[in-house]
Amino acid sequence: MTMEAQADRIAWPEEAEVAERPRRRWLPFSPWHLVLFPLALIMLLPLVWMIVTSLETQAESLHFPPVLVPGSLHFGNYPSALRSAPFGRWFLNTFIVTSTVVVSNLLLCSLAGYAFARIRFFGRAATFMLLLATLMVPFQVVMIPTFLIVKKLGLFDSLPALIAPNLVSAFGIFMLRQFFRTLPVELEEAARIDGASRLGVLFKIVLPLSLPALATLAVIQFMWTWNDFLWPLIAVFSQRNFTLQLGLTVFQGSHDVFWPLVMAGNVMSMIPMLVLFFAAQRYFVRGIATTGLKG
Amino acid sequence: MAQVVLDHVTKVFDDQVMAVDDLTLTVGDGEFIILVGPSGCGKTTALRMLAGLEKVTSGRIAIDGRVINDVSPRDRDIAMVFQNYALYPHMTVFRNLAFGLRQRKVPSREIDRRVHEVSEILGLEDLLKRRPAQLSGGQRQRVAMGRALVREPKAFLLDEPLSNLDAKLRVQMRAELKRLHQRLGVTTIYVTHDQVEAMTLGDRIAVLSGGKLQQLGPPQDVYDHPVNVFVAGFIGSPPMNLLRANAVNGRITAGDLQLDIPGLADGDVVVGVRPEMLRPAGDGLPAVPFTVDVVEPLGDEIVVHGTVAGRLAGSGADDQIPTTGGGAELATVTARFDPQLRPTVGDRIPLRIRPEAVHLFDARTGEAIR
Repeated sequence: MTMEAQADRIAWPEEAEVAERPRRRWLPFSPWHLVLFPLALIMLLPLVWMIVTSLETQAESLHFPPVLVPGSLHFGNYPSALRSAPFGRWFLNTFIVTSTVVVSNLLLCSLAGYAFARIRFFGRAATFMLLLATLMVPFQVVMIPTFLIVKKLGLFDSLPALIAPNLVSAFGIFMLRQFFRTLPVELEEAARIDGASRLGVLFKIVLPLSLPALATLAVIQFMWTWNDFLWPLIAVFSQRNFTLQLGLTVFQGSHDVFWPLVMAGNVMSMIPMLVLFFAAQRYFVRGIATTGLKG
Repeated sequence: MAQVVLDHVTKVFDDQVMAVDDLTLTVGDGEFIILVGPSGCGKTTALRMLAGLEKVTSGRIAIDGRVINDVSPRDRDIAMVFQNYALYPHMTVFRNLAFGLRQRKVPSREIDRRVHEVSEILGLEDLLKRRPAQLSGGQRQRVAMGRALVREPKAFLLDEPLSNLDAKLRVQMRAELKRLHQRLGVTTIYVTHDQVEAMTLGDRIAVLSGGKLQQLGPPQDVYDHPVNVFVAGFIGSPPMNLLRANAVNGRITAGDLQLDIPGLADGDVVVGVRPEMLRPAGDGLPAVPFTVDVVEPLGDEIVVHGTVAGRLAGSGADDQIPTTGGGAELATVTARFDPQLRPTVGDRIPLRIRPEAVHLFDARTGEAIR
């Protein structure tokens, strides 16, 4: 080995130190953003288009290629949309249906999910498998039987027809059960020794520790119900029982569609969902990202 | 405070695993009793049955004469401290302490009084507004103790409460626990696998193995007179040295060790010697040569591991069973020496063993002979 080669060897640890230093940033942000930013734009485009269309004239909305910068802003489309259809009524209907469904899901899925997670009972595994199996069945398959049941119950063309089939969801039970199982069981045992009943344990210990999961479930259920179109289309018939999604189709006549009004209605129907999403976002992200809290 | 009785209590899991096998134990009013044994010996299961967290397969559990087999945990009037403390993470220390009282509809003024009294005893006053996540391990442990104390239950159940603490804190909390018990005198059942805790804390210790009660008695009695080879090997740190030996005409031979025990029946025996009973022999006395392999200076004493001629006998406290001990010609033994004597690895030290310091066990049954 030559002297030079030996010198190289001696220098080696220093080089390693240099190599381990953080690389110099050649961008003020992560390179991933170069990919994510265009993707985000693509995702945002329909939203922007919807908002823009809601402020255009009918002529602009039908123009091709689409006009993304309208000549003037027609905020008047919003009051016109509200005037031309019983939006207030539909909004209220949707709100009643959605909030009832969300609250009952939180309650009933918690109860069922807790039973599946913690209480040993005969046939638990089999029942749970059956429940999971129902998740694989698409709505279109059970649509007609559900309709027949609702009709037999005398609920056809009423708000309860929109609520009853969705009071509890297999997905919600499954999700909460999975979350409950990640909570340390000693907390529940400690509470039972401290004097809490089973329900007391659920409401005072388990649910307060499950806020991320509950918020996630609330948001998901809210979105599903708020945006649901197919079931309301089947289950209600009169305009006074319409939900927003159903009501928006009123603007789609057989000959022409007045897009600015449709989009104005759409924008308005989205607002509650956006508000809820942002309010619950903190929990929502945590609910997806974490498996549980450790005491 | 109360007397706790376990009467022929058995627990079988899933019709197969015998976790607790016919355990009978009476814990006197105000007594501090330790259930000790290796992991899987059934000590935690026994405690959980007492708490009502596991159903009893057969037998009876009674507190103050009232059978509580089918009484729910909340109605047993006992408190339990869990190994991982199980503090409610979403509640402040105050609410953690008050939870049990609130469940029992104790008036809030009374709750206030009791929480403050207990937090004073345990030095938690400044922490009442914190959440468990903002506490250190030792503080959490004290809150867990406080949550049990504040209820003023008939009995305390503690499941390895110190095992999550670092060594220094553990010693400190051990003393604190003992002081607390002396002050309050609550019937306490304490589960541990740490035999230092067992020796230091309990009025009596119950040694369990394989779900069975092996020995019950005051710690020093159990240490001095282990009833079988398992207890001999389990209690004591470092554990008792156990060698396979043969008795013929009142003379025991185990490798180089020869002892005269008059009146001993012939047959295979296990010889047990505590590490502190192994002393370097003076000149001219009969001795067993001991080769040093590992030296562990502890300051006040030196623990020396090494080998002597002979065959090791398992106690069951480790992974061997009594009658099929190691077959090697050299047996590993442990001795505790004075730090003055500075042994080094490879030294050959003659050891003296006095016949009266020796425990003898039947090699077949593992029972103590004397």
